[in-house]
Amino acid sequence: MVEIGHFALVLAFALALVQSAVPLAGARSGNDRLMAVGGPVTIAGFALVALAFAVLTISYARSDFSVANVWENSHSLKPMLFKITGTWGNHEGSMLLWVLILTFFGALVAVFGSNLPASLRATVLSVQGWIGAAFLLFILATSNPFARLSPAPIEGQDLNPVLQDIGLAIHPPLLYLGYVGFSICFSFSVAALIDGRIDASWARWVRPWTLGAWAFLTGGIAMGSYWAYYELGWGGFWFWDPVENASFMPWLAGTALLHSAIVMEKRSALKIWTLLLAILTFSLSLLGTFLVRSGVLTSVHAFATDPSRGIFILCILTLFIGGSLALFALRAPTLAAGGLFHPISREGALVLNNLFLTTAAATVLVGTLYPLLVEALSGDKISVGAPFFNLTFGPLMAPLLVLVPFGPLLAWKRGDVLAAAQRLMTAFAGALLAVMVTLLFVDGASVLAALGIGLATWIVLGALTDLAVKAGVGTAPFATVLRRLAGLPRSMFGTTLAHLGLGLTTLGVVGVMAFQTENILAMKPGQTTGISGYTLRFQDIVPVQGPNYTERRARFTLLDAGGRARGEILSSKRFYPVRQMPTTEAGIRTLGVSQLYVSIGDDTADGGLVVRIWWKPFVTLIWGGALAMMAGGAVSLFDRRLRIGAPARRRRALQPQAVAP
Amino acid sequence: MRRSGTLAAIVLAFACWSGPALALLPGEALGDPALEARARALSAELRCMVCQNQSIDLSDADLAHDLRILVRERLMAGDSDQQVLDYVVSRYGEFVLLKPRFNLRNAMLWGTPLVLLFCGGLLVMVVARARREVAPAALDADESAALDDILRR
Repeated sequence: MVEIGHFALVLAFALALVQSAVPLAGARSGNDRLMAVGGPVTIAGFALVALAFAVLTISYARSDFSVANVWENSHSLKPMLFKITGTWGNHEGSMLLWVLILTFFGALVAVFGSNLPASLRATVLSVQGWIGAAFLLFILATSNPFARLSPAPIEGQDLNPVLQDIGLAIHPPLLYLGYVGFSICFSFSVAALIDGRIDASWARWVRPWTLGAWAFLTGGIAMGSYWAYYELGWGGFWFWDPVENASFMPWLAGTALLHSAIVMEKRSALKIWTLLLAILTFSLSLLGTFLVRSGVLTSVHAFATDPSRGIFILCILTLFIGGSLALFALRAPTLAAGGLFHPISREGALVLNNLFLTTAAATVLVGTLYPLLVEALSGDKISVGAPFFNLTFGPLMAPLLVLVPFGPLLAWKRGDVLAAAQRLMTAFAGALLAVMVTLLFVDGASVLAALGIGLATWIVLGALTDLAVKAGVGTAPFATVLRRLAGLPRSMFGTTLAHLGLGLTTLGVVGVMAFQTENILAMKPGQTTGISGYTLRFQDIVPVQGPNYTERRARFTLLDAGGRARGEILSSKRFYPVRQMPTTEAGIRTLGVSQLYVSIGDDTADGGLVVRIWWKPFVTLIWGGALAMMAGGAVSLFDRRLRIGAPARRRRALQPQAVAP
Repeated sequence: MRRSGTLAAIVLAFACWSGPALALLPGEALGDPALEARARALSAELRCMVCQNQSIDLSDADLAHDLRILVRERLMAGDSDQQVLDYVVSRYGEFVLLKPRFNLRNAMLWGTPLVLLFCGGLLVMVVARARREVAPAALDADESAALDDILRR
């Protein structure tokens, strides 16, 4: 049974080699038969990897401890959901998931790419084949998930308790759908370079993939952030941890790619830049995979640290990044430059967007790798942590965020800043009002915090202004406005939603960073304490027995300002005996868009319990905003022109129209 | 006794990596709110040496606890923020700083955003200017006279 999975994986590798060579050879020699091999081989490769993945999942579900990977990461008492999600809660399994998604996307191109030029399709599939072959070889050579143990142990070693959470079911798959989704953009770029041809239909194909990958990556990062927030027990939502940075860099580059692909599709400008950006985005995804999987950076995410794996991924990384950049340097000059535009135009605004986003991505990259570089060159150990990123990333983002509302209001080719500014007067007034209200009515609000709130308001109102202007709110009668709204292309709603989400996330980040309050104390049962107008009464602490853990659960009663009970908050510490590890299950109560966060610690000498309580204003908006961005991506994805795809040759000639008498 | 060897340090690092963090303990905070605010700000800039990428403000490890106390002692003794940081660096090395110093070795780190933004901006401007020169030149006197002539008809 398990060996079937192993065989399937080896076969998939062999097919990936065929996929790497045959369609490409066909495309270069103009041989239709060879090109036609690409589709079936890709689909078969996906089926085989899916089979291997299914076999591993079944081994986990059945707790088959004769498989070393299952023994290392599972336990028979673990709830079924965590047995299944545990499949990718380890190095080998997560690499298999990575390849599964890669081959899945390849198969999608094979199935839905019939309207692509045959040679482009064949070349794209071959490039996907290279990536697939490299990673399948990596799995087979260094990280085989199907290795057996003999004799089989009776019981497994359990999964890291921190990972025994619903977050593991959602966060890695979403993140990988994003990471690996950019591989398609990469393959299209490399194919365009090999073909030496790039046009608007290329952009029409690349844009939905970028959108999809970006939306998944947004969701994945947000989910990871929320998971860390509730699981790690100190209520932080972003730590600038190297692994977080590894997923954030492709996101920044992908966001830039998303915007430059619009310019390329609509105005066929920025072609070469878009191509480079697509290559860089996937390169950053590969780099992220390397950083996480090699363990060169110490991090909470590093399940496995094994030098041989690190070197193998480093080779893959060098081969793909170096190779694609060399190809770019060689072939990019032969590509025709695109359309002209005035600096003050939609294109100009999007160029500015790209400038800031790529600089931000580079800053995060340098910050993440700098300690490695310094240690390699001088042997000194230095740290680059949150204070550095806050100090550099913040000022880089602020001007970009100020400019966001202008972009969609500028015309293509030649825009009018003054007209755009006039339309944004209402949004500006709203932002100003928000600043003043914050300064006047919130105790201890700093000017910077007030400006942050104003900035967030500005983005939210600016996003809505764009829609309002296009629908003619204020100038046309209500019925016309509704009709116009219904007639607007979906991608326009997508833009509004995504920018709105960005504003909400900004509001959440500013709210928590500037106005969070905390209360740390030792409490005894019956005692009360106050935070931000609420009163918390510590009831008692009770032991609870879980399926594979023991728990100490503290119960608190929440009272509002009027003394009325507003329900219970449960906060606990769990202990997982197999791994001898504790976890925190924070007590979180959502009140409006803010949250009360209660986390408990150890007992004090005099019989009290250490309790930390935070009031986190607007905190849910951080992830709510990300969901809105994701929804914006999805709405855009279903825009008419992307549903229909690249223009295809009309199958039949139009019927001659009857001439009216 | 617990922190008396490498093994203990490894155990600590492990507890810190996996375990729930509950950093600041009741009773650690200073009475003077201004001084305590400075202590918190400094704590966020100091790395917990036995943890994986956590500041001492967030870490539950004993070493972080000791460092938090140390920072507060120095502040009580009248040190400036910089003096506290210098003192901690003199004992633990530069690795302890989460915000690397501005010095020549870190020039590339701190310079990247500025240099990239500047060079990128310059590049965009140069390309835009080069492109604009391709745009049709203005009409000369004869041509505009001819155009006026046509328009007047």
